[in-house]
Amino acid sequence: MNTASVMATGATAPVGRQRNRPGVLPGFGISMGYAVLYLSLLVLIPLASLPLKSAGLGWDGFWATVTAPRVVASYRLTFGAALVAALVNLVFGMLVAWVLVRYRFPGKKVLDALVDLPFALPTAVAGIALTALYAKNGWLGEPLEQWLGLKVAFTPLGIVVALIFIGIPFVVRTVQPVLEDIEREIEEAAASLGASRWQTIRRVLLPSVLPALLTGFALAFARAVGEYGSVVFIAGNRPMVSEITPLLIISKLEQYDYAGAAAIATVMLVLSFALLLLINLLQGWQARRGGRHA
Amino acid sequence: MTRPDHLTEPRWVRGLLLALALGFLVLFLLVPLAAVFAEAFKKGWELYLAAIVEPDAWSAIQLTLWVAAVSLPLNLVFGVAAAWAIAKFQFRGKQFLITLIDLPFSVSPVVAGLVFVLLFGAQGWLGPWLADHDLKVVYAVPGVVLATLFVTFPFIARELIPLMQAQGSEEEQAALTLGASGWQIFWRVTLPNIKWGLVYGAILCNARAMGEFGAVSVVSGHVRGLTNTMTLHVEILYNEYQFSAAFAVASLLALLALVTLVVKNLVEWRGARPDTASEPMEAVAAPVAARPATA
Repeated sequence: MNTASVMATGATAPVGRQRNRPGVLPGFGISMGYAVLYLSLLVLIPLASLPLKSAGLGWDGFWATVTAPRVVASYRLTFGAALVAALVNLVFGMLVAWVLVRYRFPGKKVLDALVDLPFALPTAVAGIALTALYAKNGWLGEPLEQWLGLKVAFTPLGIVVALIFIGIPFVVRTVQPVLEDIEREIEEAAASLGASRWQTIRRVLLPSVLPALLTGFALAFARAVGEYGSVVFIAGNRPMVSEITPLLIISKLEQYDYAGAAAIATVMLVLSFALLLLINLLQGWQARRGGRHA
Repeated sequence: MTRPDHLTEPRWVRGLLLALALGFLVLFLLVPLAAVFAEAFKKGWELYLAAIVEPDAWSAIQLTLWVAAVSLPLNLVFGVAAAWAIAKFQFRGKQFLITLIDLPFSVSPVVAGLVFVLLFGAQGWLGPWLADHDLKVVYAVPGVVLATLFVTFPFIARELIPLMQAQGSEEEQAALTLGASGWQIFWRVTLPNIKWGLVYGAILCNARAMGEFGAVSVVSGHVRGLTNTMTLHVEILYNEYQFSAAFAVASLLALLALVTLVVKNLVEWRGARPDTASEPMEAVAAPVAARPATA
């Protein structure tokens, strides 16, 4: 494994501070070796099978597969719905974090704990619950359709609703600690210099939470792009209309088109890598921003 | 702590923001949760119990427990080993290694399942060899375990790395100079320091292991009574329009989620994560402020 060998040489290479050993404590070799072996066997080698399998298609075949109209429609839907959901979570996540940090109200502790529900609740359970709610005869689906003429379940709108649900904790949990850490003196200073409350929020508070806000947004977006369990039930899954990319991978698999499934999965994997990189950059920015405030 | 007027918003703005935030949480969190239980008990207790003790449901529950019981210790050992290497030693490529450990969080569950089909399926690289030796991985229990291991892989490592980095290694070095062996240092010094972090990571890992759907759905083959986990059983019942039964099994998973949240908050309350009490449960590498050294 290429990466493993890079890691291994990195591990034994001399590091700075005039020392040839990575540290004085025992157990570096065995813990590092085990971690890298386990990582390679379980994650890296299996993931490497995606580009290898899709290579069997040849470049033209690969390109034709990943740009077929039905596949492109699924990208548009997956990324579009994930973007809309992440934007909704950006606004409401910020609002929820603000309310949880700044205001006092009964039941606050319980609500705070419940914010993590989408992480703890299996996605399939969320999927069937949301579908039951927003179906034609559901608690929310019936009034929405009668009063607003709005169909949610089995439409792209339903996908957005499911993705909002699974993305709720990300923005709240990245912004919350940053808001808690902002010192009262900063706001005092702004107010005593004559800033209105709105100016203080826009010019002082918002810039300090911006990196955390964007990190949360990117995390919610990345999670939404790959989401499957909560979406399949509510989506309706009609090709070209409400079929998300992960579902398309499964339908290729069911038709025994392994190379085609691998090709689309490779595209998703590359995009996940890009998003992971972006999130790392954002977190680096956030850490530096945090350091300046501390 | 109440704030003076010039440090907070006008009363009507506060009321409006509070109403909007609470409305959002109730609509998107509480109502779906309530719907699970309402649908489960719609047709009464008898049907609810019948749906749970039914043989296929029972074998799905057993498989789910079994898969979690296998994945949890394996990821626990990996998490401790990775955190020990990363937090206690200096080496090049550390950040890269941490990024690789995070990878399963950003890969779609469906892709996670697919890679094991590509490796071990009938058409896969190891497929013919497995067939010759009469072994079955994909569309059998080992595949379900592998897919679960993959998606739950980062949880414990991700929890322990920042915790152990913040704790530093002074205590371990002191133990070393006093003549302790490597295992003694780990059991007597490190483990007591990280035990709540371990519990925290384990409970999140367990919740995901029992609740995973996408990855498991690709590799399981949906054989009733054999390779169906609880989430897959819920899906099958739902697709057969046995809604009450589907929601009955789903309500058990929702209970698991609530228990997870309670334990998570208890651990936070125990003070295991004083400065990161409100970190997201996954995928956030927010820097952990240094903990006061416990004597």
